[in-house]
Amino acid sequence: MNALRRIYAIFSKELTQLKRDRMTFGMVVMIPLIQLMLFGYAINTNVRHVPVGVVDHSNTGLSRILVQTVGATQVVDFIGHYDSIKEGEDAIASSKVRAILVIPKDLSQRLARHPTVGFGLPPSTDQETSRPVAHWLVDGSDTIVAGAIKSLRSMPLAELLSKPANRNVPTFEVTLLYNPEQRSAVNIVPGLVAVILTMTMIMFTSAAIVREREHGNLEMLITTPVRSIELMLGKIIPYMFIGALQVVIILALGYVIFDVPINGSLWQLAAATFLFITASLVLGLVISTIATNQLQSMQMTIFILLPSILLSGFMFPYEGMPEVAQMISEGLPATHFLRLIRGVVLRDVVIFDMRYDVAWLMLFTLAGLIIASLRFKKNLD
Amino acid sequence: MSEFVIKAENLSRNFGDLKAIQNLDLEVEKGSIYGFLGPNGCGKTTAIRLLTGLLKPNGGKVEVMGLSLPKEAEKLRLHIGYMTQKFSLYDDLTVKENLQFIAKIFGLSAKQRKSRINELLSVYGLDKKQNQLAGSMSGGQRQRLSLSAAVLHKPELLFLDEPTSAVDPENRREFWEQLFDLSDQGTSILVSTHYMDEAERCHKLAILEAGIKRADGSPEDLMQQMGAHVIEVAATNLRQLKQQLLKVDGVITAAQLGARLRVLIRDSVLDPIAFLREQPGIDIGDELVKVRPSLEDVFVTCTGEGRQ
Ligand SMILES: Nc1ncnc2c1ncn2[C@@H]1O[C@H](COP(=O)(O)OP(=O)(O)O)[C@@H](O)[C@H]1O
Ligand SMILES: [Mg+2]
Repeated sequence: MNALRRIYAIFSKELTQLKRDRMTFGMVVMIPLIQLMLFGYAINTNVRHVPVGVVDHSNTGLSRILVQTVGATQVVDFIGHYDSIKEGEDAIASSKVRAILVIPKDLSQRLARHPTVGFGLPPSTDQETSRPVAHWLVDGSDTIVAGAIKSLRSMPLAELLSKPANRNVPTFEVTLLYNPEQRSAVNIVPGLVAVILTMTMIMFTSAAIVREREHGNLEMLITTPVRSIELMLGKIIPYMFIGALQVVIILALGYVIFDVPINGSLWQLAAATFLFITASLVLGLVISTIATNQLQSMQMTIFILLPSILLSGFMFPYEGMPEVAQMISEGLPATHFLRLIRGVVLRDVVIFDMRYDVAWLMLFTLAGLIIASLRFKKNLD
Repeated sequence: MSEFVIKAENLSRNFGDLKAIQNLDLEVEKGSIYGFLGPNGCGKTTAIRLLTGLLKPNGGKVEVMGLSLPKEAEKLRLHIGYMTQKFSLYDDLTVKENLQFIAKIFGLSAKQRKSRINELLSVYGLDKKQNQLAGSMSGGQRQRLSLSAAVLHKPELLFLDEPTSAVDPENRREFWEQLFDLSDQGTSILVSTHYMDEAERCHKLAILEAGIKRADGSPEDLMQQMGAHVIEVAATNLRQLKQQLLKVDGVITAAQLGARLRVLIRDSVLDPIAFLREQPGIDIGDELVKVRPSLEDVFVTCTGEGRQ
């Protein structure tokens, strides 16, 4: 009874202070807004309009039509003509273009023998049979740009000669179950919930106790009968509401601006979010019992935040990471939440079907709460 | 029969190599106002933190309100109030919100909270300020707020760490009136200060220097048993006279007070006035008076060692 009263005392005090703290309050709303815009618009793996050049050794009507056809895909924009491969390479090196298309002298012969064009019968033994019609030289340092140009490798050329397409039957048929249009926002927006909550929740709570220590309030608090666990709970409960508010902002804007659907049930979403918010808050509390000033608590928050962005599966798929990175990834609450929220938002899963991640978040919270309460000593030593 | 609210034996505390408190013995009687007098850095705050269970001693025994520390520190919380040296309530809460918070933490019901807070607001003259943010108040107002927060749960023992350091003299007087009121109501008080006049108001006090207790007792006893005579000399060339006297064996200190020189002389000297007059080569004049020692004299006498 008294314990509840004390938790409530801390809770309402924290809420009043939060209300007066315009800066923090602004961050609660601005961080999700800005991050959503940045990530939603800037991270786009469907690359378009890559600036490229051409070195045309053939210099025929055909080669000009080829350039036009490639340009029509909108993947690349031809912005320069070079007389030699050397000149073209220099243009790549000086970042004028990301790639050059080298069109050989014998373009018309190559084209005639090309299987996708289907002029006559391709002799099977002749080594000149199926040579590519032209050659791309690509700046491979940016893998996404390189990938976009690689995707042009087997573009159809039939229309080049106004012939009906005669494409090979693919080995596999691929059906995209979720996100069929392959829009990156669909994957990024739910992931952003994990990143933003990691950032704000850990930052707010880790600062919360450190601030009391810096301002000298802690010396007064620890001479009162309040217990450490009560202090911890009273401190994190207000931030649960803040976290929930941020989730609503992100998902609502994601829906309105980027058309990201919420396929799963809101209850499942709420449950998954609750698990993650508590885990992050508790992590912040643990930090606050280690840090001695707000700068340190900030640094530790970033120490957690960076791997949460890079290794949680938000930026790069988990499957592509080396084993060590995967192990670190498994240790981060953001990884487990990311799986849950993408599951709920995009694939309408019931989080109980992802028990492993649920259990992991729960255990993390419990362990963190115990560690924080044990570490927080009611004295000044 | 006297009962002790604080009993400490041989209490010590180090911070690394620094001996902040050394072998402190202390007995504070129930219902009394006990003072810690000493300059900044002498260990007053550390001593209070040891006595409230906020710091663990490196050695020695402490019993406060019959509870042994630091083991039973948690039980002690309900019985003591502590006003920290630095303002430790919340700057971004109003006077009333701060008091509400403390009242809830101490488990007062809504009804009890209301009446107790109203009572405190009027006793400490904060009614009109109740909706002002604590951070925007003057030193005196904050001090009264801190005191009302410290006594909110009616503690039997109150610790005040330099409560008047940020307050003007008029407010200091008023503050001490309030302490005497509390004392009359039966509250035992331990207060630290570096003001002589405040120390003189205490029933008993301990003089601390560099973590060591140099003397303790009631101000009257301390002054009587000081072990030195106080002579005031009126002369013209005071600065030169002072330099000459300081070289004399038997003179503890000499300090200028306006147009007079206050000279402390060891009490092994039987007739201090004759002693001063007989000093060769010093023209001391005729106007020598033996005066009653003040607490400052006591302080200077017993802390002299560290100074030289
Ligand atoms: N937490 C601490 N860590 C290290 N040294 C400390 C600490 N607290 C106090 N001290 C040192 O102990 C001595 C006594 O300090 P303190 O008790 O604050 O003195 P006072 O309150 O009389 O001004 C000082 O030299 C101070 O620097
Ligand atoms: Mg102090």
